[in-house]
Amino acid sequence: MKVDNSLPLEYSTEENSLKILGFWIFLGAEIMLFATLFATYFTMVHRTGSGPTGAEIFEIAPVLMETILLLTSSFTIGLGIHAMRIGNKKATMVFFLITLLLGAGFLSFEVSEFIHYVHVGATLQTSGFTAILLTTLGTHGLHVTFGFFWGLFILLQIKKRGLTPETANKSFIFSLYWHFLDVVWIFIFSFIYLKGMM
Amino acid sequence: MDFFKQFAVPHPSFLIYASMVGIGLTMLAIVVGITYFKKWGYLWKEWLTTVDHKRIGIMYLLSALLMLFRGGVDAIMMRAQLALPDNTLLDSEHYNEVFTTHGVVMILFMAMPFIMFFFNFLVPLQIGARDVAFPRLNAISFWLFFMGMGLFNLSFIIGGSPDAGWTSYFPLAGNEFSTSVGTNYYMIAIQIAGLGTLMTGINFMTTILKMRAPGMSLMKMPMFTWSAFIANVIIVFAFPVLTVALAMGTMDRLFGTNFFTTANGGMDMMWANLFWVWGHPEVYILILPAFGLYSEIISTFARRNLYGYKSMVASMVLISLLSFFVWAHHFFTMGQGPVSNSIFSITTMAIAVPTGVKMFNWLFTLWKGKIVFTTPMLYSVLFIPLFTLGGVTGVMLAMSAADYQYHNTMFLVAHFHNVIIPGVVYAMLAGLTYYWPKMFGFMLNEKIGKWTVWLLSIGFVLAFIPMYITGLDGQARRMYTYSESTGFGPLNMVAFFGAGLMAVGFVLLVYNIYYSTRYASRDISNDPWDARSLEWATHTPVPEYNFAITPKVNSTQAFWDSKKNGHELFPGKLEKIHMPNNSGLPFIMGCAFFGFGFAMVFSMWPIAIISLIGLLACLAYRSFEKDHGRYISVEEIEETEAKLRGAKK
Ligand code: HEM
Ligand SMILES: [Cu+2]
Repeated sequence: MKVDNSLPLEYSTEENSLKILGFWIFLGAEIMLFATLFATYFTMVHRTGSGPTGAEIFEIAPVLMETILLLTSSFTIGLGIHAMRIGNKKATMVFFLITLLLGAGFLSFEVSEFIHYVHVGATLQTSGFTAILLTTLGTHGLHVTFGFFWGLFILLQIKKRGLTPETANKSFIFSLYWHFLDVVWIFIFSFIYLKGMM
Repeated sequence: MDFFKQFAVPHPSFLIYASMVGIGLTMLAIVVGITYFKKWGYLWKEWLTTVDHKRIGIMYLLSALLMLFRGGVDAIMMRAQLALPDNTLLDSEHYNEVFTTHGVVMILFMAMPFIMFFFNFLVPLQIGARDVAFPRLNAISFWLFFMGMGLFNLSFIIGGSPDAGWTSYFPLAGNEFSTSVGTNYYMIAIQIAGLGTLMTGINFMTTILKMRAPGMSLMKMPMFTWSAFIANVIIVFAFPVLTVALAMGTMDRLFGTNFFTTANGGMDMMWANLFWVWGHPEVYILILPAFGLYSEIISTFARRNLYGYKSMVASMVLISLLSFFVWAHHFFTMGQGPVSNSIFSITTMAIAVPTGVKMFNWLFTLWKGKIVFTTPMLYSVLFIPLFTLGGVTGVMLAMSAADYQYHNTMFLVAHFHNVIIPGVVYAMLAGLTYYWPKMFGFMLNEKIGKWTVWLLSIGFVLAFIPMYITGLDGQARRMYTYSESTGFGPLNMVAFFGAGLMAVGFVLLVYNIYYSTRYASRDISNDPWDARSLEWATHTPVPEYNFAITPKVNSTQAFWDSKKNGHELFPGKLEKIHMPNNSGLPFIMGCAFFGFGFAMVFSMWPIAIISLIGLLACLAYRSFEKDHGRYISVEEIEETEAKLRGAKK
């Protein structure tokens, strides 16, 4: 495999730059996926049937916590990539680890939020609104869960193999994924929670 | 015993039992045959684990041909049922299942793999690449498609087929009205195949953007590659919508959510919208590559450059954009306002403009050409008037006020078959005949080929033109029978006869493959049609590395230039070639998906969870795996090249 040292490690082979482009295109598809969910959400938001409305079940405190945790994790993964660029393996690993812990924190808040919804009688089966609400949040949550394990595996690979063109490429792609989830969350936060609570 | 009851077919009939036995025996014969000839190892090493785009393409092709016959049998059954008034060959429930599976199989498991075959087999060759960008992902795409197809076909013998039409509108497709597991199959099998398609889209967009031979700027790409590129862009943007819609439909059926119910805030029109936001672009995913193939074939056999290259590209881009803004023409009569109807009416008609541009470009290419009437050319020439007829009736349907007359009648059925058969199916068969020598090293028989074209075309006209008339007279779509007094009888009999002729045509195609395999000359050149683009510049059959030396391109038809104007296509010398290794993982993942899908259909959660874990384990394994492929050495290449040259004198 030819390594081009004039480029950052994650772009340094032809295969690597192919993968990064492929991943951007994948993110395009992901945008469509979430856009479809949002579009459905907006059309169904008032179709609450005999169930509760958003304003009745949303709670600001846990949502704020989730937001803070996820936004911070997007920042730390950025630091991790920066550390990777300057070739500091240890710092890369530390920032990855922090990112994953923040992600796990986000997930634990989200799980308790879901439990709360079930508790107050807003389950998947309650109404059109709750179904699309929980599906949209759940899709994002599943993405984060998947990302957690994916990131964990990459972390283990960096530990074992060091910063090679391959691990750097994976880390970079993972960071794109993670930032993307953050952007989606900002939309969820503004248009589902804030708008719903107003 | 209760556990096994769920696997029984809900409305068994003699026909179903007979086909079950038939399918069982065929499967048995295949397994026994492979064991007898000791081919399991070969099958595994050379095919199931392959990452070679050409072989993956050929597997798509086999699936497509198989499904063409499955869907074709459904079609004949429907036409036979409708041939006479008050016929009782099929009962209403069976008829529902037949038109549903016919539609799904034809669109998603016949036409789609057919275009996937062309993407896979042709695109890398046309752009002078060694492979696609992600060979292993490509194998995963294929296996997901294949397993989705398998799962869908299983519905016929285990648990019951879907019966709510290929559009699967809710609430008809909900648990209340579709009581068998059929619609579960629909939701899950299409989901699995659709994920594979989405990955193909990503793969080929990357391939075309990044892996073109030196000198091939975007505006020098062969027309088929352009069409493939645009189709893949549409795939990437349209398929996620289907993913979401199917997931919601699945949840409604399995978990009792209220997305598409008519109670508790559910919204049945939401399904119709989501389905067609995907579904309309989907038909352009099928037709654009077909247009690309026609462009290649027409310019080869008119012996001229394609007329209006730039306008061909521009019109495809425009069509792809417009295709996302017309979906609501599928429910003009379902209660949206006149404003919305008018807007969608206009956007729909607007698509006729770029399509017309393409038509004229083909006509102008033919105009001063020295036309050679080979079989592929015959398909292409017949395509032009037939497709135009379908286009005109499409514009008729797009007039929203008039649509109240034709909506859900046979007129509509005639229209879309009129665009999809001459448009897509003819292109696929033309392309199949055209590229057959490149794949297998011999040509299909021209005489049988031409018989096939004429039989199909006469059959087509007889089968579908009568439907326009009965449709205008009010024969409804999806109606399993009609009474004598309607007067639909004679025309439906004609249509049955036409469908029979088409069936003979398809059988002739198979016979041609058999006949040519046995008798056709193996002594053909690499370029038997005297063609113009890069795929013809390499050996026949194509070696695994495609091109020994990466070609250098100077125009839209570099190969033609190298033949006529002395352009040097392969400058430079041999170097070792990097190739990916085979892998069993894609196939195994496909199997895990199959298990997962099957378990979901029947709500067998433990098995579903186990399969899902298996799937994730495969992904985890892949993440840790180190596989840098292998190199083909210069000596090996020289040897292969010498052998391939030797084969051609
Ligand atoms: C080869 C000859 C074919 C014949 C004789 C035929 C016949 C029919 C008939 C009679 C129906 C309507 C049944 C009804 O509404 O009661 C139908 C529906 C349909 N056909 Fe075909 N067909 C053929 C090929 C194809 C092909 C090649 C495709 C697509 C690639 C296709 C796609 C469909 C679809 C999507 C439907 C609608 C199914 C539904 O209503 O859910 N057909 N076909
Ligand atoms: Cu449409």
